[in-house]
Amino acid sequence: MKKLLAPLDNAVGLAVLATVLIAVGTAMTFFYAPVDVDGLNQKIFYFHVPIALTAYATFGWGAWKALVHLWKKKPGADLESYVAIHQGTIFGALTLITGSIWAKLRWGHWWLWGEKELVLFLIIFLFYCTYFMLRYSIEAGPRRANISAVYALFGVILIPISFLAIRLATNYIHPVAFTKQGPQMAGSQFATFLVCLAAMWTLAGALYRLELLGKRLDLKIRELRELVL
Amino acid sequence: MTSTEKYVAAAYLVVFVMILVYVVIIAAKLARLDREIGDLADEVRATRQDEEPGSAG
Repeated sequence: MKKLLAPLDNAVGLAVLATVLIAVGTAMTFFYAPVDVDGLNQKIFYFHVPIALTAYATFGWGAWKALVHLWKKKPGADLESYVAIHQGTIFGALTLITGSIWAKLRWGHWWLWGEKELVLFLIIFLFYCTYFMLRYSIEAGPRRANISAVYALFGVILIPISFLAIRLATNYIHPVAFTKQGPQMAGSQFATFLVCLAAMWTLAGALYRLELLGKRLDLKIRELRELVL
Repeated sequence: MTSTEKYVAAAYLVVFVMILVYVVIIAAKLARLDREIGDLADEVRATRQDEEPGSAG
């Protein structure tokens, strides 16, 4: 089992897996999953929802690493939290863009301020965008790491609210694909969705490890320069 | 190509282009780090040559 999961432990293995899954997911979206009553624009769902779930997951991972930093004072947890939140904002931006394209097709508008789901997601996205402004307004060191970690933890409270907003909404304009009765879609559509979700999670994992590698290298070079010169 | 097809294509294109841009940025950063390691190695080599006995004047 450990050998089987080994590719998930390095950026290259994850990148290869993500490429394969994206190719399979795209093929399944257009050649396997049927076009439903919503028409061709429903095809955006297969990437839009997994991207949104990936954004939530990476923000959550960032908050977890922030907690590890504050609680256990683990070296490097602050950097891991920062990289995860950076990933979250990228996937968050993609969620907003793909969602707007879908909304233009379905509703005839790029954005609807009356939609709680959209507005709450925008609030989470902007909240984490300001994380970077806060982080870089403080000089590097333990104080910056601690304040950033506390801020990252506050943001995670918004995630379950945003996730449930669609069910709390009264107008239900935004479609509900998953209810208490299970996924409201055909088996082939659900299988395609799961492959796309796996693709986005492995892609996020690969990018996370790659960015983390770059940041750690950067830090080591700085340390080395100070030691040598 | 219908209007719907154009929008769906645009949504997928945005995702792929944004990921590609991100990968290019990371690649550029790694290339910069590679250059910095090279510069650092050159500086260490130069310092060691200066410190070698008999190398001065």
